[in-house]
Amino acid sequence: MIAEYVNIAMKAIFIENILLSLFLGMCSFLACSKKIDTAFGLGLAVVFVLTVTAPVNWLINHFLLRDGALAWAGAWGATVDLSFLQFICYIAVIAAMVQLVEMVLDKFFPPLYTALGIFLPLIAVNCAILGTSLQMGTKGYDFGETCVYGLSSGIGWALAIVGMASIRTKLQYSNLPAGLRGLGVTMIITGLMAIGFMTFIGIKL
Amino acid sequence: MTTATETAAKPKGTLFGKKERAIVKDPVWDNNPITLQVLGICSALAITTSLQPALVMCISLTFVLCGSNVIISILRNFIPNKIRIIVMLSVISTLVILVDQVLKAYSYDMSKELSVFVGLIITNCIVMGRAEAFAMANKPWPSFLDGLGNSLGYSVILIVVAFGRELFGNGTLFGFQVVPQVAYEAGYTNMGLMLLPPGAFLILGVIIWLQRTMSGHFED
Repeated sequence: MIAEYVNIAMKAIFIENILLSLFLGMCSFLACSKKIDTAFGLGLAVVFVLTVTAPVNWLINHFLLRDGALAWAGAWGATVDLSFLQFICYIAVIAAMVQLVEMVLDKFFPPLYTALGIFLPLIAVNCAILGTSLQMGTKGYDFGETCVYGLSSGIGWALAIVGMASIRTKLQYSNLPAGLRGLGVTMIITGLMAIGFMTFIGIKL
Repeated sequence: MTTATETAAKPKGTLFGKKERAIVKDPVWDNNPITLQVLGICSALAITTSLQPALVMCISLTFVLCGSNVIISILRNFIPNKIRIIVMLSVISTLVILVDQVLKAYSYDMSKELSVFVGLIITNCIVMGRAEAFAMANKPWPSFLDGLGNSLGYSVILIVVAFGRELFGNGTLFGFQVVPQVAYEAGYTNMGLMLLPPGAFLILGVIIWLQRTMSGHFED
């Protein structure tokens, strides 16, 4: 069982990195990868929110939304299929969780709260979070696997953004063609990083 | 698709003055949502391995963006500022659920192919960004035009990326073989990298470079 969890983690961090192979969370990745500090803070916040929202959304889907999920409420529940409500429920959970995390951090860890600043509320509209919740549905993970998957997806995303921020810090000193500066070269470097991460394909523990 | 929506908007002559035309035209090239505003990159990369899903995605996004812009613009005076994000998200997700259900009902294979990316229109930054930046401050008609313009700008880039990836990666366009058999016999091979994630990043990077060089918008 442990081996299986490690396998899922390896797959989510390196092989199917949510950023580099599924393209989730690109917007904040591009916007916040200019400095290592902010990249690291945002990475941590995403890890945290993903670890919380993936299991919560799994529970909601498993006990309320999927076909026949309401069977525990009586015989009528077995025929109800609410899965079309998935999107709106997931996004509501994510928005609520982000709000909650914000309040908890504000109350108990003020330094971290000020460090994350504006990025914390913006996580609600980061597609990495919603994407992971939707992905876990298509993969058919159970509860434990979902927890591992959420955590390791977040770690993979954080790894990619911190790596990118380090490269971009160095890039400031290079002489690029004007049109390529900023977004253009970031895209191309992300492509090269993705090629690098692709070399992990085939590793199985 | 582009010409169809443009001709559909034109007959309303009185509502389509110079200013309105600028709202539609601006985001298509000079202020393109993907290459210049840096919004909505995720789906531009994920579903562009071939032209057909890209086209379906463009149509879905056009519907959601125009719809959400109009609805949020109508509601703009009633939305309390503090909870505007969640209000916007619920409007957008309702529209996305509509799109998803229609796709599932009429084109199940396509809905399977797009998989989670239909749902991810909710968090597509273009939709949120335009709702926040334009629809919250403008009347419904300009908001609709702004939505139309931005989705056209998005569609242009998406189609170009998908065109390049499908042509070089598979030798096909819309699933039809365009690279002749003679070329393969002479030693031409498809470029598999184009279909993989890195190919998407590289081709979009080059397109951004070209677009910015031509339109003259540079970052420091």
